[in-house]
Amino acid sequence: MSNFWIILWHTYLSKLKSKSFIITTLITLLLVAGLTNMSRIMDLFNKGDENEEKIAVIDETGELINPLMEQLKLNNSSILIESFKGTVEEAEKSVIENAYEGLLILSFNEEKLPEAAYKARSIADTSLPSELQQYLQQMKTQLAASHINLTQDQLNKLYEPISFSKTALEENAKTEEELNQARGLVYVLLFIIYFAVLMYANMIAMEVATEKSSRVMEILISSVSPVKQMFAKIIGIALLSLTQMVILFVVGFYFVKKNLESMQGGFFEFFGFNDIPISTIIYALVFLLLGYFLYATLAAFLGSLVSRIEDVQQMIMPMTMLVVAGFMIAMFGLGQPDTSFITIASYIPFFTPMLMFMRVGMLTLPVWEPMIGIAILIITIIILAVFGAKVYKGGVLMYGKSNSFKDIKKAIQLTKNE
Amino acid sequence: MGLQLEHVTKRFGKFTAVDDLSISIPEKEMFGFLGANGAGKTTTFRMILGLIDASEGKITWNGNSIDYSTSPLIGYLPEERGLYPKLKVKDQIVYLARLRGMQKQDVIKELNYWLNRFKVPEYADKKVEELSKGNQQKIQFITAVIHKPKLLILDEPFSGLDPVNVEQLKDAVLELKDKGTTIVFSSHRMEHVEEMCEHLCIMHKGKPVVKGTLKEIKRAFGKKNLVIHADFDLEFLKSHPGVTNARQTTEGIHLQISGEEIAEDVLKEIVGKGFIRKFVLEEPSLNDIFIEKVGASYE
Repeated sequence: MSNFWIILWHTYLSKLKSKSFIITTLITLLLVAGLTNMSRIMDLFNKGDENEEKIAVIDETGELINPLMEQLKLNNSSILIESFKGTVEEAEKSVIENAYEGLLILSFNEEKLPEAAYKARSIADTSLPSELQQYLQQMKTQLAASHINLTQDQLNKLYEPISFSKTALEENAKTEEELNQARGLVYVLLFIIYFAVLMYANMIAMEVATEKSSRVMEILISSVSPVKQMFAKIIGIALLSLTQMVILFVVGFYFVKKNLESMQGGFFEFFGFNDIPISTIIYALVFLLLGYFLYATLAAFLGSLVSRIEDVQQMIMPMTMLVVAGFMIAMFGLGQPDTSFITIASYIPFFTPMLMFMRVGMLTLPVWEPMIGIAILIITIIILAVFGAKVYKGGVLMYGKSNSFKDIKKAIQLTKNE
Repeated sequence: MGLQLEHVTKRFGKFTAVDDLSISIPEKEMFGFLGANGAGKTTTFRMILGLIDASEGKITWNGNSIDYSTSPLIGYLPEERGLYPKLKVKDQIVYLARLRGMQKQDVIKELNYWLNRFKVPEYADKKVEELSKGNQQKIQFITAVIHKPKLLILDEPFSGLDPVNVEQLKDAVLELKDKGTTIVFSSHRMEHVEEMCEHLCIMHKGKPVVKGTLKEIKRAFGKKNLVIHADFDLEFLKSHPGVTNARQTTEGIHLQISGEEIAEDVLKEIVGKGFIRKFVLEEPSLNDIFIEKVGASYE
């Protein structure tokens, strides 16, 4: 087996068996399991909550409580109201004693329209009073309407929402429904690209810095060329990341499949998980890999410049900023993916992985656009690799206070054969 | 043939780390490098290993240039010890030796031999960070020699070791030499170089100031040491012609003289002045030569 493969497998296996990798994978798995089972988990907790939402009502008018009950029933609300026989003080006392969630006092104002006051132990829970307020608002509207002799039909006409449809004229443009679906999917995939690029590039920089600071590097480079080493390591970590993602994907897919019925509507439909367009996934994978190689090469040569592990974070800070900036622009661009700012930014190599993917996912681009993006990425990776390998070769031999970018020049000089 | 360095120069920008160094190290010999910090020893080693390219000159091993294809022939013990702290001794030696072209089962066999030789067979399954510094050094040494290199480069192999471990390691180095390994090593302990090397080179600011065999160097140096222990005051000898240096001790005086004939003069001078308990003419030590040539103490 050639040295390249020995290093590749060593990097892959030793990382795979490391405690930190196993623990992060397990935690992420729990997260994925939790997220995909969200609706079940929510149901579990909500069951306990329902019984408690009992509200005492003191109806000073004697006419309002029944319409309110009807209104609640009509809306399938989980709020339970009970007419309280007694004074306001007594009612307040029983609220404090936990017999009721809150106290609602209903009355009429001068114009004979309903008025309400809500009292509870604390008003931190805003959803319950606002739900009540909403029902009371509907009641008020009906009452007010009947005061000015409007029929229910007339009222409905007033409140009917305007019909407003959006149609894209461009050929193949995505319909609104498709856009919403795409947005959700792209959103999630962008997150994955962001985290993966940041995490694994970090891992590379740490790996290189560890070997350097423990000085094992000098032995390594006396048996294998630094460039071979660098790429073996980058590919080894790439394999590792793929392993991790396949595990997460398989588990996530299993849960999504299992819970699919309970997920009709709501969260998952919104995120467009019902029919996933294959091309989006393929583009995500391509841009993820290219983004990884781009940043991993950068991280490897930045990592080779520091002598102490403590300095790694400082050294790769500019790189991290680039990733974060790309992510921020992509997030901003999700709402308006066709602005020229986003279009231009998507051709800047360090932003391409996220931005071009976002555009491909959201818009209907001609094929050549992502292809140019991919080409730009590949060319940048090659340039970075050639340049990075030079820096790496000198950098791994440089020790001492090396935290500045001046060291890049010094490192190249070290490898130069004047 | 062996290892040939021909007019090797290495410049880093304006700074010249190694200046026109030519050395010939015959096969199966042991060669010592001496020099203060920054004298260019490590740079020279790195050039021999091909880690950095020489700005000028040529380095060959048995007529061939040294690159990664020859790495199985070469063993290297760097000055700064380097092992993976979190990896088990066995795992990392297997990994590093495979990179030098060995098969896994051969590595295990050799590793057991060396661990037993150093009387530490229980370390195979320990993490390096759990070992003491001296024991880490043994592991480092095993890493350098396990693939039976033809050319072994040891950068300060004995620094930081207790005397027992120094002896163990020295025996191992001598045994390798007897088996035909060409060894280049640097040490800051003059006596190690004096004891072990036939050939040596003293470097100063990148230039080889002295080189050759130990005997030649001492003969060429000319100066000798004269140790006199006597019951009377010997201080007047300090101004004796031909005495280049003098140091008084509790029992007498140590003189550095420019030639053997001076010793005769000195003897004539002191005979009859009192009881002389010791009068010895010694070869100069490497340390004396070093101080003279480099102008400062090595340590």
